[in-house]
Amino acid sequence: MATPLRNVRGLGAAHRGTETFWRQRLTAIANVPLTLFVVLSIATHIGVGYDEMRLYFSRPVVAIVMLAFVISAAIHMRIGLGEIIEDYVHLNGLKVLSLLLATFFAASLVLACGFAILKIGFGV
Amino acid sequence: MSQGKVEAGRPLSPHLQIYRPMLTMMMSIAHRITGASLAIGFCLLAWWLIALAAGPQQFWHAEAFFASIPGRLLLFLFSWALILHMLGGIRHLIWDTGTGLDKKSIEIFAWGTLLGSITLTILLWLVGYCIRGSL
Repeated sequence: MATPLRNVRGLGAAHRGTETFWRQRLTAIANVPLTLFVVLSIATHIGVGYDEMRLYFSRPVVAIVMLAFVISAAIHMRIGLGEIIEDYVHLNGLKVLSLLLATFFAASLVLACGFAILKIGFGV
Repeated sequence: MSQGKVEAGRPLSPHLQIYRPMLTMMMSIAHRITGASLAIGFCLLAWWLIALAAGPQQFWHAEAFFASIPGRLLLFLFSWALILHMLGGIRHLIWDTGTGLDKKSIEIFAWGTLLGSITLTILLWLVGYCIRGSL
């Protein structure tokens, strides 16, 4: 017998329920303190020169928060870009391709920033 | 999907063009535009981090760009976009709790997001310049 329960069990058309909605809120909340930290870190160290800048960003706490920021912001960005693509790109093939590129873009940013942060953190 | 219906010449429901521009609408659009543009801002951060990791020479190149007038203008706009998107996001998180959805509140939120973002961006740059001690 078909009841509304079937829809709940199937978690909707994408079979993922409110997962994306929730993840966007989760990363949004995390992004507030993380972004404030990153922005203020950079703003208060403008013009200090290469050595002092590297010294600051090699501190473990700073490196860890930077990593957390990059990961949280990239997930948030991927969901947001996905939302925009789904709203405006209607050709199915192009839409899938755009979503694919958005994922690669977000992953590339995490890997590039993450590698740089770790390299600075380990002082190499 | 709906393509067959459009071909049949049925009218589409009116969209943005029939509405008088309102601040709440503008702030909603601004939230999306700033969000998308911050993806480019993310690339600038990545470039700066990679330059810092790569060495003094590469870092000097990145710093020279950000210290230039176009570089500073770009950073100013991105910092404004970031703060606007953050305040707009906090507004959305408040709405998610089911509060602040009445006509008066959304108007206050829209003005708060706009004026708050301008104030905080200018404040951030003043603090930055004060700490640096020079232009």
